[in-house]
Amino acid sequence: MADEKAKDVLFAPIFNNNPIALQILGICSALAITTTLVTTVTMCLAVIFVLTCSNFFISVVRSHVPANIRIIVQMTIITSLVIVVDQFLQAYAYDISRQLSVFVGLIITNCIILGRAEAFAMNHSPVLSAVDGFGNALGYSVVLLFVGINREFFGSGSLMGMQILQPVTEGGWYYTNGLMLLPPSAFFLIGGFIWLLRAWRTEQVEEQPFEIAPNSRVSEAF
Amino acid sequence: MAMHRESVGNILRVSLLVCLVCAVIVSTASVALRPMQQDNRMQYRQLHILQAAGLYEPGMDVAAAFDAIERRFVDLDTGAYVDKPDAYDQRRAARDPELSRPVAPDPAGIRRQAAVAEVFLARDEDGEVRRIILPVHGYGLWSTMYGFLALEPDANTVAGIGFFEHGETPGLGGEIDNPRWQENWIGKRLFDDDGRVAIRVVKGAVGEDAPDADHRVDGLSGATLTANGVNNLVRFWMGETGFRPYLERVRERSNNGIDGDTQAF
Repeated sequence: MADEKAKDVLFAPIFNNNPIALQILGICSALAITTTLVTTVTMCLAVIFVLTCSNFFISVVRSHVPANIRIIVQMTIITSLVIVVDQFLQAYAYDISRQLSVFVGLIITNCIILGRAEAFAMNHSPVLSAVDGFGNALGYSVVLLFVGINREFFGSGSLMGMQILQPVTEGGWYYTNGLMLLPPSAFFLIGGFIWLLRAWRTEQVEEQPFEIAPNSRVSEAF
Repeated sequence: MAMHRESVGNILRVSLLVCLVCAVIVSTASVALRPMQQDNRMQYRQLHILQAAGLYEPGMDVAAAFDAIERRFVDLDTGAYVDKPDAYDQRRAARDPELSRPVAPDPAGIRRQAAVAEVFLARDEDGEVRRIILPVHGYGLWSTMYGFLALEPDANTVAGIGFFEHGETPGLGGEIDNPRWQENWIGKRLFDDDGRVAIRVVKGAVGEDAPDADHRVDGLSGATLTANGVNNLVRFWMGETGFRPYLERVRERSNNGIDGDTQAF
């Protein structure tokens, strides 16, 4: 495994092959926990830890795991890692863990993690798999941070809990954008992110799977 | 090798080993971190009790400040104090058919209610009660909101309110956590002159000279249903099936108190 390859594996998922923007994986959690930046950052760190470790350990045991129970073995490893993260958050960052509530546990079902385990870790060496996991988690984090920054800034006028725009409810001038605090806004922001990314990297634009035919007249049908 | 990997024996061996290793890691983390998690949980509740009572200052030692607060148990039917072990958990009791009762009518949407509730009494240096803190909960728009309502020793004037657990929309219903809104409650009166529950969360702001201004609390813009939920739960818990018998007892005893205020509690 050459160095260059490791570098590709690390950086490709950030913009070239972003798991959210290109593969459209794992957007469920991007809706739920991005209303404030603090929870977003915590979630990113949790996913980075889980994805790096799960890819590493799954790759370590890959040559011993029988093919017909491989998914359940991967899930067991991922689940254990997520529970450990959840326990640590409850012990050391109780407030944030309360805000994230069930969404830490839902990292288990994040499609990116099982997707990388199955697509990469099962047929690459442990270290390279860990690098791949780390890179994909970074790609996920980039999108999440973009969404989180926008939602907190426009939705509450603050960043990391620090008030920047004084909202009207606190006697300031800024009318907070309530939509930003609701889940659909994350869809709009992710859509905007994908648009920006594909305007920059035009090779990511998908080909039309089919062409829409012009409207036909009724007479043609007979 | 490939044959061996797919054999039944190997399947059993791998699954057993994976489960064993994962189980050891998970249970180690859980057991090792449990004391810290329990401390966090307790401190979180204590913090919110202090905040609701208006006794919290940033940076203070929560556990030490909580020493001045006494936890007691009240039979909601009679309003009398009863003895319960320290480990009594009101929320768990509400699910136990023997310790709880169904609620009907149920404006707060809680379905079952424990027969015995906790109350917290905050005392000052002389041992006199400064605040009565009552746990309340009820359904908002999305979630059950758990909070504390703090009263002055007259058992009628609100000294503060706070919610420590809810799942309302951040920025809209979640504004029930906003200290500016919570300030609205301070000084409002629960009961009118005839002793009926008069406090009410209204839509919009309450003007200074509105009739009954001392019974009305500003609503939350964009969160009418959450505000209605708060209205319902406060009215429910202060009502006949809630803490009213207890509060009446407190008032009666403090009015006829032979030995002054302290004995009322």
